[in-house]
Amino acid sequence: MPDGVAPVLSVRGLKTVFRTRGGEVHAVNSVSFDLRPGELLGVVGESGSGKSVTMMSLIGLLPSPPADVRAGQVLFDGADLLTCGADHLRGVRGAGIGFIFQDPMTSLNPVFTVGYQLREPLMTHMGLTRAQAQVRAAELLDLVGIPDAARRLKDYPHQFSGGMRQRVMIAIALACDPKVLIADEPTTALDVTIQAQILELVRDLRHKLGMAIIWITHDLGVIAGIADRVMVMYGGQIVEQAPVQDLFTRPRHPYTRALLKTVPSVRGARAEKLSVIEGQPPILRAAPAACAFANRCPQAFARCCVQNPPLYPAGPGHDAACFWDFDKDAPKDG
Amino acid sequence: MFTFTLRRLLIAVPTLLIISLVIFLLLEAAPGDPLGDVPLTVPPDVKEKMRAALGLDSPWYVRYVLWLKQFFWVEPLHLIDHLFGTSLGEGMQRVISFQSRQPVMQIIAERLPQTLMVVGLAYLIGVMIALPIGILSAYRQYSWFDNLGTFVSMVGFSVPTFFTGVVLIIVFAVKLQWFPSVYDTTLKVTDWASFKAQLRQMVMPVTVLALYNAAQISRFMRASMLDNLGQDYVRTARAKGLGERVVVLVHVLRNSMIPVVTVIALGVPTIFGGAIITEQVFKVNGLGQQLISSIHANDLPMVMTLTFIFAILIVLFNLIADLLYGILDPRIRYD
Repeated sequence: MPDGVAPVLSVRGLKTVFRTRGGEVHAVNSVSFDLRPGELLGVVGESGSGKSVTMMSLIGLLPSPPADVRAGQVLFDGADLLTCGADHLRGVRGAGIGFIFQDPMTSLNPVFTVGYQLREPLMTHMGLTRAQAQVRAAELLDLVGIPDAARRLKDYPHQFSGGMRQRVMIAIALACDPKVLIADEPTTALDVTIQAQILELVRDLRHKLGMAIIWITHDLGVIAGIADRVMVMYGGQIVEQAPVQDLFTRPRHPYTRALLKTVPSVRGARAEKLSVIEGQPPILRAAPAACAFANRCPQAFARCCVQNPPLYPAGPGHDAACFWDFDKDAPKDG
Repeated sequence: MFTFTLRRLLIAVPTLLIISLVIFLLLEAAPGDPLGDVPLTVPPDVKEKMRAALGLDSPWYVRYVLWLKQFFWVEPLHLIDHLFGTSLGEGMQRVISFQSRQPVMQIIAERLPQTLMVVGLAYLIGVMIALPIGILSAYRQYSWFDNLGTFVSMVGFSVPTFFTGVVLIIVFAVKLQWFPSVYDTTLKVTDWASFKAQLRQMVMPVTVLALYNAAQISRFMRASMLDNLGQDYVRTARAKGLGERVVVLVHVLRNSMIPVVTVIALGVPTIFGGAIITEQVFKVNGLGQQLISSIHANDLPMVMTLTFIFAILIVLFNLIADLLYGILDPRIRYD
């Protein structure tokens, strides 16, 4: 990673475990990453790969029990969010770190007006009066491209369409000028044209407001369009991270390669069948002692089943957790 | 909302007319004779005259229409007379109880305060303890508090009030002698001592009924809270950095109250019905007890009128519940 700028958010060795009746499930296993100011970090992986859980663990949004953030450090604004205590964490949530969720249809409270829900963080974190918050709320709705903002503040969420509701969610997340915005599959529940509008909006806002964004998705097409850097997750671990261009041209982890192959293309000859990765992502009953992808991996060899690969450097700012050397097409030494 | 209310009120008219007819016919079909208690030594022709005096010699439809006229026309006129000192209803035949030969409405007016005092207060207390218990049980699901609450409400709901009532009487009135076992309706609250006496005699019936009501409503509250606590908007509220108190008592509670308010509103008519059995157990001579004794005595006008008033209240509070639903939930619009 290039030095010079201090990361705005720094995660080290994050471990999250769910206690269930069937025993423990290790959802996040020693995840470490840095987020630089103004950067858009894409996080990809299948359902169940631990993307959302990782991000929710950061700011204590997982219900506990069953979730238990067991180890790690989350440095934000000079404090460790895992040990700073509930009050400090509340001050960070919504103010320092904004959150957008997947389903805009259910993420807003149906019985309060949009204005009320927008004013809440403004009055809680910035100490604005109701009248000041109302003015700011209208500005925010305007910023996210909702026409006739001042009047629409009086409306209830059900009076907005899905895309408009997601805009409202974005406005709420941006209300207190956060340094980091975490977007958890914000376009998955929207249809494609609305998805494009939301992407355009976020790209636009990012340049206007200069915040860092973590964008969780399983859609590689979206990632290619907006991310600066990509983190691929599998089995609750980061298996590869690279600048976006590098990841798409030189994937160095078999899982990333398989993911890229599954993207259907409209160009070229029509494929007879969609390409899939056979099998299911693992449910980890214990911290992984071997490569979690080994049983689905075409490159797997003996070592993959007895040792969990660490992240190996694979280029500038590019790491991959794999024992296979794709340049030599042979196992790595050592 | 206004047109909706008006429409509902208009629909209520035929509904209530049909209900009144059904009640009337059911009472007609029921076995028993208002003169059943008249001694056998009374000659049959005298009995026939008594029957005619009660109006029982005319066919049922005549008596039904007569009752309708008395209930919907004569009684309101008497009410107006009573309130404004006019004499519109003078000389018109009111609904008269077979048993006491008093106007039925007068008896109801005498009995209503007792019922409201005991049963109404019990309902109010029941609601007030049920809501916090329900909220806390849901928020701390499967905690010892929740488990205790589940157990107590299961007991409170499944053990009938005539049993808990008698148990309380045995323990607190007979053994410990803390409270009187019979509710004294003649007691007038004039000073501190009589106020304390009134409180003491209310404790047991109110406790029995409040527990029963609270058991039911706290379960509703808990279930509704649980439904909402897992919703996405709760996560959003937390992600906004709101405190737990605001998240639970503003965001979740407001949503959870929607079905619960309906249940509470629908339960209000039962207050006027008097907790029939509890009033019997504690000898509170309210409306419930009146209904039972009138049924025993085949006092048709009394039973008919009381039952019909309950029907009106049920229809009315159904409407109120619907309106409250519309007020609490912005997604519901009736117009």
